[in-house]
Formats: sequence, structure tokens, C-alpha cells
Amino acid sequence: MEVALNKNMSILVVDDFSTMRRIVKKLLKDLGFTNIQEADDGKTALPMLKTGKFDFLITDWNMPGMPGIELLRALRADESLKGLPVLMVTAEAKREQIVEAAQAGINGYVVKPFTASTLEEKIGNIFNRAVA
Amino acid sequence: MPYSSNQINDKLELARSLVSHLEAGNDEEAASVIAGLAGFRDNLLFPEVGRLTRELHESINSFVTDTGLADIAENEMPDAAERLRYVIATTEQAANTTLEAVEESLPLVDLLHNDARSLAKQWTDPDSPELLINESHELSIGLSNFLKTTQSNSEVLRDKLSEVLMAQSYQDLTGQVICKVINLVNDVEGKLVELVRLSGSHENPSNDKIADVPDISPQGPVVPGVDKGNLITSQDDVDDLLSSLGF
Repeated sequence: MEVALNKNMSILVVDDFSTMRRIVKKLLKDLGFTNIQEADDGKTALPMLKTGKFDFLITDWNMPGMPGIELLRALRADESLKGLPVLMVTAEAKREQIVEAAQAGINGYVVKPFTASTLEEKIGNIFNRAVA
Repeated sequence: MPYSSNQINDKLELARSLVSHLEAGNDEEAASVIAGLAGFRDNLLFPEVGRLTRELHESINSFVTDTGLADIAENEMPDAAERLRYVIATTEQAANTTLEAVEESLPLVDLLHNDARSLAKQWTDPDSPELLINESHELSIGLSNFLKTTQSNSEVLRDKLSEVLMAQSYQDLTGQVICKVINLVNDVEGKLVELVRLSGSHENPSNDKIADVPDISPQGPVVPGVDKGNLITSQDDVDDLLSSLGF
């Protein structure tokens, strides 16, 4: 079941570990996405997102500077960015954390280590729901 | 501690009697007077040693309580060892996954190479009059088999390469755990410095208590045997939790 996704949409991948950014980027390219940029924490990501050029954010939680959850809260508090779809890809796996992320307005949550098909499925779910 | 004027008079009295005993040749009395003089010093020294011991004991006690040193010794150090074991296990697993994928890929590449080489040998210009009908037929069958095998084997190769790619996520996971252990080492270093400072002087230890960690602060990857409590261990559990929240 192929989800109709806009393969040209602009995606920002935020993780402090470059290896993980590379992996996520490669998986996204495999899924057909071509327009991908990177940032290494929330602090660098936020000004990039505020340019309004991005359609989708994939972010880690545990990052120095500004963690993913703070970035998410900053987006949801921003009039122009509160609707931006956000997928959290993180090793954080406490029940309280997932609940917190859900309440802060996350669109999807993937725990590391993950598989390519999990990432694909969650991205599909986010945009399916957005369309429905 | 300065002597009182009474004590000075007593000592002078003892000193005079010591001189007169010595002059009279009363050795036994002289010895008992010397012991009496020494008693003056001991009476001042022992309470002072006692006071210092008690102060040191109290300082160390409050240092241990205030800095959470006991918690570090009892919990964080063993946890750190467990975390480092997790790093070994995770890197080993990634190395094995990568090695297996490479080992399974190499024969496929060899097959591709050998088949292509033997086909290249048979290959001659199809329009050339030297190419016999049955040779041409044989070549077609070989080529068709080659294309089929290559199609399925390249798919397998692709999967193996993806496995190698995904296995590299160990770097992120172990990196987060190692950062945690580095933080602990820095923490312990700071406390040791403070302990050295404390034993060298009588200042009070700092009152910086270890802040209570908020519930949702980043924890890094789940390390089996170390992380306890409300942990989610699989993507399915995450999905269940989120759907219970209306996702």
C-alpha cells in the first residue's frame, strides 16, 4: 500500500550524531525524498525552520544546546510553525517521555534502534493523517 | 591554647620543686615532678586532638550526604560499568551484523563477476557469420540465466548493504551512553577535588546538592539491567501507548 507523498517536500533532519543524520538521510533518499537538510541540535534547527522553507521535521530528543522536546515546544508556540509535521526519532523510551512528547504535539515517535520499514510506516502515517 | 595565670604559677611551683629535688639528689621525687609537668601538656593536647577528630568526622559526614557521594558509590558507579558493558555488546552486535552481511555479499559478487567473465568469453558479434546457430542459442540461454540471477542477487546485495547501513546506528546509541559515563567521571573528579580540599582545610563543603532530575530529562538508550521503571522497549509498545493517547 503506497502512500501518496510529495517526494519533493523539504525535510529537516536534526540529530547531534552525524552518523544517525546520515542514516536517516540515506533512508529518506531510498524512499524517494530528495530535498533534505541537516542540523545538529534545536538551536541551529529553529532559525532554519523559521525561514518557513521546511515541510517536515525529523528530530532526535537528546541533544546538547536545545533538545528535541524544546524544539517541538518552540514550534508549537510559533504561529507560523505550529502545524509543521514532526517525527521524533530517539533512544528515549520512558513512558513519561512519550506521553510528554504526545502532549507537546508530536506527530509520530520512533525509538532507536529502528528499521527502515518503521521509518517509512511512520512517515506514511503522518501524511496519511494530514490528508484525511 | 594559652595557659591561665594559675596554671603558670602551678608550673613555676613544680619547676622550683624539681630544681630543689635534683639538688638534694631525690631522683624518685624529681621523676614524679617531671611526669606532673608532662601532664600539663597532655591535658591540653588530648582535648584538642579530640576536637579536630570530631570536626573532621562531621565534615566528611556532611560532605558525603551533601554531595550524593554515597549514591555515586552505591548506584552510579555500578551503573556506569553496566553502561560500558552495553557499549561493548552493542558495538559487538553491530560488528557481527556488518561482517555477516559482507560475508554473505562477497560470494554473490564473485558469482556476478565469474558469470560475466564466462559470458564475455563466449560473446562474439551476433551478426558475425562465424557464430553458429547452436552457439548463438547456447549464448542466449546463458545470457538469460545471467540476467535472472543478477536481478535477484542484486536485490539480496541491496538488502545486505542496507543492513550494513542500519548497523551503523550503534555509533549514536553507544555515543549517548559514553557521554553519560563521561559526565559521571567528571562529576566524581569534581567531588574528589572537593574531598582533597576539605581534608586540607576546615572549610565547609559546598552546599550544591545534586539537583533532582526531572522525569523527562534525556536518558539515552535503554541499557538492560541499569534502566528501571516505566521503560518502553519496543516500537510496538510506543505505538500502543500513543494510540491509547488518541494517536
